[in-house]
Amino acid sequence: MAYFEPIRDIGEAPLVRPGSTFHDVTEDISRVSENRAPRGWWIAFLLASSFAGIFVLCVGYLFYRGIGVWGNSSPVYWAWDITNFVWWVGIGHAGTLISAVLFIFRQKWRTAINRFSEAMTLFAVICALIYPSIHVGRPWLLYWVFPIPNQMSIWPNFKSPLLWDVFAVSTYFTVSLLFWFVGLIPDLATLRDRAVGSVRRRVYGALALGWRGSNRHWQNYERAYLILAAISTPLVLSVHSVVSFDFATSVIPGWHTTIFPPYFVAGAVFSGFAMVMTVLLIARTVFKLQRVVLMRHLELMNKIMLTTGMLVGYAYAMEFFIAWYSGDQFERYVFLNRAFGPYAWAYWTMITCNVLSPQVFWFKKLRTNIPLMFVISIIINIGMWFERFVIIVTSLHRDFIPSSWGMFTPTIIDVGTFAGTIGVFFTLFLLFMRWLPMVAMSEVKGVMAQADPHHAHEAGAAHVPESDEEAAADRAIARADEEDEEDDGGLAPEGA
Amino acid sequence: MATHVETAREVGSAPVKRRTALVLAEFTTTAAVVHAAEKVRDAGYTKWDTHTPFPIHGMDRAMGLKDSKLGWIVIACALTGLTGAFTMMYWMNGVDYRLVIGGKPPETIPSMVPVMFELTILLSAFGAVLGMFGLNKLPRHNHPVFESDRFRSFSDDKFFLSIEAEDPKFNVSKCKALLESAHASFIEVIEEEE
Repeated sequence: MAYFEPIRDIGEAPLVRPGSTFHDVTEDISRVSENRAPRGWWIAFLLASSFAGIFVLCVGYLFYRGIGVWGNSSPVYWAWDITNFVWWVGIGHAGTLISAVLFIFRQKWRTAINRFSEAMTLFAVICALIYPSIHVGRPWLLYWVFPIPNQMSIWPNFKSPLLWDVFAVSTYFTVSLLFWFVGLIPDLATLRDRAVGSVRRRVYGALALGWRGSNRHWQNYERAYLILAAISTPLVLSVHSVVSFDFATSVIPGWHTTIFPPYFVAGAVFSGFAMVMTVLLIARTVFKLQRVVLMRHLELMNKIMLTTGMLVGYAYAMEFFIAWYSGDQFERYVFLNRAFGPYAWAYWTMITCNVLSPQVFWFKKLRTNIPLMFVISIIINIGMWFERFVIIVTSLHRDFIPSSWGMFTPTIIDVGTFAGTIGVFFTLFLLFMRWLPMVAMSEVKGVMAQADPHHAHEAGAAHVPESDEEAAADRAIARADEEDEEDDGGLAPEGA
Repeated sequence: MATHVETAREVGSAPVKRRTALVLAEFTTTAAVVHAAEKVRDAGYTKWDTHTPFPIHGMDRAMGLKDSKLGWIVIACALTGLTGAFTMMYWMNGVDYRLVIGGKPPETIPSMVPVMFELTILLSAFGAVLGMFGLNKLPRHNHPVFESDRFRSFSDDKFFLSIEAEDPKFNVSKCKALLESAHASFIEVIEEEE
C-alpha cells in the first residue's frame, strides 16, 4: 500500500473472488436457506437451544423466588446482571459500526459482513435488554420506566441515567431492526423469486413487500439507507456513552470518571468485532462462504481489533494515571485494589485477554491464520466480559467503611442465566443463518467489478478453483489490481 | 404470484379481458441497460422504469430522475422528535408533577439532552423507512412486471427496462423498435387483466 493512497487501496481491490458472476453470488448465499441444513447446523442448533432452555428455567426460577437467587448482596448489588447487560450491548455495537460507520466512510469491504453483523447487533441487544428487565425485581412493573400514566400518577424521573438507558437501548434496538429490515428487502425479493414451494414464496413474498428493483425505488431506498447510516453513527456512539453514564454520573470511586463514555465505546467496538469474528468463522466454514467472505475481510477485522484493543489498553492505563493524579485516596485505593486486591485475578485476566492477546495481529502471518484468529476472538470476548465484571464488582465490593466490605460469589442461577443468554443468542443466530440471506447479496453485487457500467468486463473468464482457495484468491486479486489500473485510464468522467 | 398468473393464462379461454400493460426488455450488462435508459429518456418517455438487482451508478442521471425528497420527510420527523421529547419532559417533570431530584430545578435542560437526542434519532429512523415506503408506494404485491416469468431474474443477474402503457407516447411497435435498437437481449409485451 503506497503512502499516498491509504484508504482507496482497501476499497478498490476486488471484494469478491475474481471470476465470480452475479449469479454465483446469488447461488452461494441463497442456497444456504434453500438446501437442507448441514449436520453442523443441527448440532449447533440443538446445543444452542438447550442452553436457551436453561435460560428459560433460570429466569422462571428467578421470577418465582426473587432476586435473592442471584449472588447479588450488600455491598455488591450490581453484579453479573449488569455485567452481562453491558457486555451484550457492547457486542451489538460492532454491527452498527460495520453497517453504518463503514458505510459512511465508503469502506466497500463491509458488504461481505454487514448483514451478518447487523443480525448480531439485534440478537445481542435482545440479550442485553433481558438483563435490566429481569433485574428490576418486580418485572411486572417494568412499564413504570415508560412515560405512560401509572397508578401513582407520577412520571418517570428524566434526570436518571438509568431512564436515559431505557430510551437509548430501546431506540438502538428499534433503529437497528429498521436498518436491518431495509437492507433485507432486495434480498428477500431474490429468495421470493427463486422460491419453489408456495409457502416459501408467500412468506418471502410478503416480507419483500413486492420489491421489483425499480430504479425509482432504488433512488429513495439508497437515500433512506444513507440517512439511516448517518443517524445510526451518532446513535451507536450515544448508546454505550449513555450506558457508561449509569456508572460515570454516580459518586462511586472507580466509576466516577470522565473517560468512561469513549472508553466504553472503544471496548464495545472491540468486543463486537471479536464476536462477529467468532460467528463469522463458524458460518464461513459450515456454509462454505469462502468465495464471498475473503481472507482480506478477516484480516481487516483483525486490524480493527488490534486498534481498538490498544485504545482499550490506553484507557486502562489512563484510569490508573488519573486515579493517582487526582490525589483522591478512595480513587487510588479502588485502583490499587483492582490490580492487587482479592479480585486481582480478574483484573489480570482482563489485561491479558484484551491488551496482550490482540498484539499477535501485528504479524501478517498470525492475523491471516484462521484457527488462531478464532481463538483470539473468543479470548477477547472473555476479556471484555471480565472488564465489565472488574469495573462493577471491584468498585462496589469494598464500600467506604471496612465494616461494609464483602465479596461477591455467583450462584448456579447466575451462571445458568448467563450461559442461557448465550444460548438464546446463538439460537436466534442459527435461525437467521438458516432462513435469511446472511450476506447482503444486492450490496455485494453492487461492488463487483462488472456492476460498474463503465467497466469493460472481461474478468468472467478467470474462474478460480475451489481448492487452494486463499492463495489463488490472492494471486487473482493481484492480477485484477493490474487490470484495474489499466482500466482507470479509460474511465469516463461521470463514472464516479 | 407468477404461478398464479400462469394458471390464469392456461384457463385463458375464459372470458377475461386483457390489455397491454407494458413492454419489458431484458439486458445482460449494466452498461447496456444504462445506455438503453438514456435512449428511452431522450425519446421523451415519462412512465417507464428500470429493474435491477442492485442500484447502478449513473442510472438516476441516465433516467433523468430528480433528487429524492426523502430528506425533507426525515428532517420534519427529526424536529418533531426533538421538540416532542423536550415538551414531554418539561411538562411531565416540570409542570404536571414537579419532581425535585438532587436539588436540581425540575425542568432543567442539560439532563434532557440524552432523551431528546434518542427520540430525534428514533423518529428520524421511522421517517426514513416509512417515508421511503410511502414515496415508493410499497408494499405493492401486484404489478404487471410480475406477470413475466423471465422477470424473476431481475433479483439475480439480469437487468430490465419497462415502458408502461399509460405513457402518453406509448406504442407497442415503436417501443419494441426503440428497445431493439438499444440491444435488448429479449423483449416481451406484458398484458394485465382489465
